[in-house]
Amino acid sequence: MKIFAVCGMGIGTSVLLKMNAEKVLTSLGIDADVEAADIGVARGAAQAADIVLTSDELAPEIGDVPARVIIIDNFFDLDEITEKLTEAVQ
Amino acid sequence: MALNLAEELSSITTKATASDWRAAIRLAGDGLVAGGVTTDDYTDEMIAAVEEHGPYIVIAPGIALAHARPAESVLKGGLSWVSLKTPVEFGHSSNDPVTLVIGLAALNHTAHIEVLKAVAGVLSNKEARAQLEAATTDSEVRAILSSLATE
Repeated sequence: MKIFAVCGMGIGTSVLLKMNAEKVLTSLGIDADVEAADIGVARGAAQAADIVLTSDELAPEIGDVPARVIIIDNFFDLDEITEKLTEAVQ
Repeated sequence: MALNLAEELSSITTKATASDWRAAIRLAGDGLVAGGVTTDDYTDEMIAAVEEHGPYIVIAPGIALAHARPAESVLKGGLSWVSLKTPVEFGHSSNDPVTLVIGLAALNHTAHIEVLKAVAGVLSNKEARAQLEAATTDSEVRAILSSLATE
């Protein structure tokens, strides 16, 4: 499974999101490749992704992609990320 | 925990007053400039990032991670810390108002990952976060961060 964690610059929030998503995926036993990307890269790369993780503010900028776009409110909340990822992969 | 954030922070400002989100980001930017991490241009770039993409830098309730792209305005990688006396609205749909602004500058896309891990570790610890936000001096914040790093 290919997952993109997306933020505006690709250096801060997306990296945090990637780290926490990897933690959650490991504990769920899901084999996935998570990559951090900025919004420009994401618009192209998201075509090849299964899931895109991002924030409420950025989701509309990603536009129309085949990937499932999941909005995370609290990037530090592993429970929220677990819940939303579990629902998405089921 | 891997890194001691107390050693990574170029500047710590506690209980600062900011009239709006731009002023709050400017305080974090001033902290980076004071630490020799960035030039003033980077502060403007952090503000422009929010103007362009919205307040997505408010990554958790009450916490803004102000940053912009690696650019000429970044002299070295670094972090600044600003706790706010009065919470500031950033216009975020669920995580407003902000009480803590972390300014982040990076030279490239990978060099600062260990630092971000340490930030995430500290700030996702509710008890530590409450202590850090209550701290009123630079040395108090550093002492709390150092004690967390040795745990």
